[in-house]
Amino acid sequence: MIATKLGISKSDSKLTMAFIYVAFISLFIGGLMGLLQTLVRSGSLSLPWGITYYQVLTVHGVILGLVLTTFFIIGFQYALMAKTVGISKKQRLYAWLSFIVMLIGTVMAAVMVLLGKASVLYTFYAPLQAHPIFYFGLALVIIGSWIACFVNFRQLYVWKKTHKDEKSPLLAFMVVINMVLWFIATLGVAAAVIVQFIPWSLGYAETINVLVSRTLFWYFGHPLVYFWLLPAYMAWYAIIPKIIGGKIFSDSLARLSFVLFLLFSIPVGFHHQLTEPGIDPTWKFIQVVLTFMVIIPSLMTAFSMFAMFEITGRRKGFRGLFGWFKHLPWKDVRFFAPMVGMLAFIPAGTGGIINASHQLNNVIHNTMWVTGHFHLTVATTVLLTFFGISYWLIPHLTGRKLTKKINNLGLIQTVIWAVGMTIMSGSMHISGLLGAPRRSAFSEYGGTAQASDWIGYQIAQAVGGTILFIGILLMVYIFLQLTFFAPKGQEEFPIAEEEVNAQPTPLFLENWKLWIGITIGLILFAYTIPFIDIILHAPTGSEPFAWPIGNS
Amino acid sequence: MKLHRAEEIWLIIGIGIIALSMVITGYQAFAQGMAPPSGMETIDPQKVDQTTPFDNPGIFEIGENEYEVVMILQAFSFTPNEIEVPVGSTVHFTMTSRDVVHGFQVAGTNINAMVTPGHIQKISQTFDKPGEYLVLCNEYCGVGHQMMSTTITVK
Repeated sequence: MIATKLGISKSDSKLTMAFIYVAFISLFIGGLMGLLQTLVRSGSLSLPWGITYYQVLTVHGVILGLVLTTFFIIGFQYALMAKTVGISKKQRLYAWLSFIVMLIGTVMAAVMVLLGKASVLYTFYAPLQAHPIFYFGLALVIIGSWIACFVNFRQLYVWKKTHKDEKSPLLAFMVVINMVLWFIATLGVAAAVIVQFIPWSLGYAETINVLVSRTLFWYFGHPLVYFWLLPAYMAWYAIIPKIIGGKIFSDSLARLSFVLFLLFSIPVGFHHQLTEPGIDPTWKFIQVVLTFMVIIPSLMTAFSMFAMFEITGRRKGFRGLFGWFKHLPWKDVRFFAPMVGMLAFIPAGTGGIINASHQLNNVIHNTMWVTGHFHLTVATTVLLTFFGISYWLIPHLTGRKLTKKINNLGLIQTVIWAVGMTIMSGSMHISGLLGAPRRSAFSEYGGTAQASDWIGYQIAQAVGGTILFIGILLMVYIFLQLTFFAPKGQEEFPIAEEEVNAQPTPLFLENWKLWIGITIGLILFAYTIPFIDIILHAPTGSEPFAWPIGNS
Repeated sequence: MKLHRAEEIWLIIGIGIIALSMVITGYQAFAQGMAPPSGMETIDPQKVDQTTPFDNPGIFEIGENEYEVVMILQAFSFTPNEIEVPVGSTVHFTMTSRDVVHGFQVAGTNINAMVTPGHIQKISQTFDKPGEYLVLCNEYCGVGHQMMSTTITVK
């Protein structure tokens, strides 16, 4: 057998760049939609040509929440795998197949949304009914991502066969955890789309079980957010130490936290359905407890990061209680952007704990608070880390350099993002606490006093949204520079190493059968009884409703 | 695998706080009856108007300062609407949807419940402060979603 060469070849660059092109085009379109939304909601703009607020909202949610994230992550992960365990010609062919299938699916869904035939937002909302092509498109996106899963599994498997007694490279281990998580989670949404939505939208099934569709969606909907977060954690654990001139804090701890994310991010979907009828309250609470378990690996990550910062700083000779913090490389955008994302995760994570807190959820469920929350998590923590990755990954792939000028533009971009998001997300949180609903077009609600209190905050959201859109324009400019115009050269692919005297990583951390077994066990524990209950006590199904979304 | 001593302390404190908050949350939910709304009864969503009690939606006095509101939600309105109750009354809402998924939220209170077709949702609230409360649908239900609102007046 010919050993695959490690590192990024020209063909690998093309592959990852294809995914990154889609991600940045999505960033631009989705960001523009976001800007329009905040302007509509401030009461200062009405959309022309019969475009509805909900159409714009659907584009924004789907293209940023599903397309940008999934394409960037899968492309980034292909690069990590090529770099750490290698990719064969045949695997690369399948990788391209995954890209093409996902792209076709995305285009199908996008066309239906743009034609106004699928304004069902990103959680589908049965019995609202979209055009069948929308559901077929989504199914293809999922199937395409499964091909990527199996390519990544195969890559690590082949590497293992030739490196029998070695532990797998940390980043490859993390990629495979994330793809196992994704595969198990998407089985739920695929079941909903293929078994429920497609036959029902084609008219083969007269009715749909609404609660089953929602439960299957949220079985997927929560691990989805960890699928976004884990690639950011990969960069934090295994790339940032190299950028700041340090070492990995603990290889075992990093692997353990990823294993805990796999175990506890799936059996928790009910915490999105806390105020829903038809689900036994005891099982809701059990899943709330499981949700809180997933805080633990994030606590571990927070500790590791700051411990690594401190150790690195002190080794460089910076003294005093906070000398190590002051002397972090704040002027290196490859560090600064993800670091601002990391800091945003402190309020973001706290908000998440509030949302999942069972009865406390009643205060904020479906209010703007929640929108404010995930604009901190995914749109700040995750996205700024993805930008932080782009600053070195794109020039590495295109054979260019991250120049001082682009670096400084990146620093400005990060500051713009932090300022815009503080204003927008802050006012979203406050108006949510005052009761303003999410996913709603501008409304004065009959001129009541309560609703008029919200309008000032909605104007603040438009101000924040405008600043953020300037940030997006700048980021797209940086992307174009790094892709087409920056001077030729070699940019480093930073991968951190362990300490020379690091403790050996215990072998059980790589016992895939054990971890996947426990994951499935926990899912069966959390879902079997309530799901059987939902099916046994199912009401008569719902007939389709196409007119409320203008699809008729 | 050995954890750093400081990390052990950090995790013990963190996990301790999580455990304590779970105990408090569980106690409030189940011993003090604060669990989120989880109506378990079902109904045929195509026959809402013919099924009791929804064949006669409205406000009913069921005891001293105690009312039941039987309510149907549909795109894009509430039946009954413009509800009035005296100060200090406890109101039990019994709700279902005639069409798609809706949300029932009363701004300024903790009333927040999903109302889905096929299920009967229940939630109760005591209104101690007089005023006009905005009732709105907080779950996307179609192009007119933002128009779906009414009021509860507490006198």
